[in-house]
Amino acid sequence: MKELIKTLVETISPSGYENPIRQVIQGEVEGLVDEMRVDNLGNLICRKGQGTPQGSKIMLAAHMDEIGIMATHVDDKGFVRFTSIGGVWPQTCIGGRVRFLNGASGVIYGERIDDRYRAPTLEQLYIDLGASSRADCPVRVGDVAAFERPFLDLGKRLISKAMDDRIGTAVLIETLRQLGDTPNEVYFVFSVQEEVGLRGATTAAFGVAPDLGLAVDVTGSGDTPKGYKMEVSLGKGPAIKVRDSYILSDPRVVQWMVSTAETASLPYQLEVLEFGGTDASAIQLSRAGVPAGCLSIPCRYIHSPSEMVDYDDVQNAVRLLVELLRQPVQLG
Amino acid sequence: MESKLKDTKYSSPRLGAAQIRLLERLCNACAVSGDEGEVRAIVLEQIKPHASQVKVDALGNVLVTRLGQGERRLRVMLAAHMDEVGLMLTNDEEDGFFRFETVGGIDVRQLAGKPVWIGKERIPGVIGAKPIHLTEDDELEHKIPLESLRIDVGSANQGKAKIGDRAAFATSFTRLGPSLRSKALDDRFGVATLIELVKHAPENVDLLAAFTVQEEVGLRGARVAAYAFDPQLAIVLDCTPANDMPSYQAEGWDEQNMLYNTRLGAGPAIYVADRGTLSDPRLVRHFVGTAEALGIPHQIRQPGGGATDAAAIHKQRAGIPSISISVPGRYLHTAASIARLEDWKNTLALVHAALARLTPDILL
Repeated sequence: MKELIKTLVETISPSGYENPIRQVIQGEVEGLVDEMRVDNLGNLICRKGQGTPQGSKIMLAAHMDEIGIMATHVDDKGFVRFTSIGGVWPQTCIGGRVRFLNGASGVIYGERIDDRYRAPTLEQLYIDLGASSRADCPVRVGDVAAFERPFLDLGKRLISKAMDDRIGTAVLIETLRQLGDTPNEVYFVFSVQEEVGLRGATTAAFGVAPDLGLAVDVTGSGDTPKGYKMEVSLGKGPAIKVRDSYILSDPRVVQWMVSTAETASLPYQLEVLEFGGTDASAIQLSRAGVPAGCLSIPCRYIHSPSEMVDYDDVQNAVRLLVELLRQPVQLG
Repeated sequence: MESKLKDTKYSSPRLGAAQIRLLERLCNACAVSGDEGEVRAIVLEQIKPHASQVKVDALGNVLVTRLGQGERRLRVMLAAHMDEVGLMLTNDEEDGFFRFETVGGIDVRQLAGKPVWIGKERIPGVIGAKPIHLTEDDELEHKIPLESLRIDVGSANQGKAKIGDRAAFATSFTRLGPSLRSKALDDRFGVATLIELVKHAPENVDLLAAFTVQEEVGLRGARVAAYAFDPQLAIVLDCTPANDMPSYQAEGWDEQNMLYNTRLGAGPAIYVADRGTLSDPRLVRHFVGTAEALGIPHQIRQPGGGATDAAAIHKQRAGIPSISISVPGRYLHTAASIARLEDWKNTLALVHAALARLTPDILL
């Protein structure tokens, strides 16, 4: 599965520009699904299973976009100013490298600030593409880039610029590989534009009109020095979301996930996140309402160029998802 | 995909004296969000002879269908909002004084001293300001909070203005050589452009025109209009700030204004991204390609903040590929904005040409 993860995380595809990653995923799931389509916003929607009288119509969503930047101004000397696509923090940008969709690469640095211990604002940062004039700068206003950083395999822990949420797409693909017959009609949705406001999942959920929805995404952890206080750690199993800023997971969905994990003797953690949101909330509020929840992969340093997850958590997320899908769903 | 499109023979609708007079009527009408009746009446009068179907929906959107001819016609929604930012009277404090709230995004710092028109009868009033004679030095350093501002209608008109009435800036449309000045170029430009497009719709598309309400308070009209039309793609016509005033900063890097958003005179502003929408890249290519093929001046709006009706439209139903095209204007959401006539002409030319060159292949 590590080869798959490496391929997925190293692909450059910021929100709204998911063509490259969609093509990679289409190649991976070809032959594993019964039907595949791309909707109007670019969501890749794959169906597995015909459904049976006992089965449910289940939508799984993992977003394939990543945070990135967009050029706003090219100055006379060829330096590029930019704005964020999704949550980009200035303190993680300095010295970082970006690659534009047209192939151009550059380094981010910032104007001199008197207090070196203060974080700069995004407006004070620029990209140096090695150009010396506007004319020879390979980037124009509106061009899009993502952070560039190779995949790092530390054995048990994996690091990448885009674990959020390529690790979720990897979990869905691996689940497709391992899932045999299912009584359910399962829609594996690789959604777009999550990082800018859950936009893809909004339209995908309308199109699929599921009975039940699950997002597969990363969540924070509380296991780093003087870090954020949170009862989630890397390596203690995938997290079952109870709430975040945007959703109160359906308690029946939480219970279904918990009892399935316990029956299968799989590790899990309960997640209460005091910020953020996932595709699950967009699914929950679709049409006349959908019972929804989220299977989370604990992740450190989210929205930095070095997001870290635990490989056991990833594999256990796949095992739990397979268990959840291979039998009829009984919501209490 | 762009290469498959061949230049369609078409003639761009003209913007002459009659169209400028219509824009003047639209700009002088008062239509603060939620009370769009005056603009709606003009829109209905103008488009009825040209429409296949006209409907005013439950929120007050005007939904116009003009069917094209031939096979493989795209259903294209065009949206322009009829409402404008303004004020609403909230407390009658007698003797002609009213407290008020803002409707839509208004910088309170620019309100004091501005004349306004209140309600359907256009009761004249003014947002009172303390005369300089009586102003203390330290008062000049501080902004005046909304709570301490009042609209004064003069005691004689006390009974005519009432709580709940809306007030618009009392600025009449004026032609200033190559420029136009008005209180509501945002978005009467869009409304006027869309009226011309309905009148001169290219036949290769089914044109679904939405003259929307309540954009300035949260894109509310467009959301339901898009649900009703269920189009294959959408183009939003709006007006976006030009912050391209000459900079007076020191020499060196600082003299470059890097936050201009758009520039007056540089042509229609094509959106790639704002806070609410990532424009569909296929539509961005189509509009830039059309402008380049026909030599129409155009600019990319600096990606960043702001939002248009597209933010509500593109997330509707199973998703609607969308883009926004704006006429640049200075001083938007204040009592008086200024824009260039030439930018409006080029906007109409670009959108009309882009429509005429649209084929279903763009969605492949």
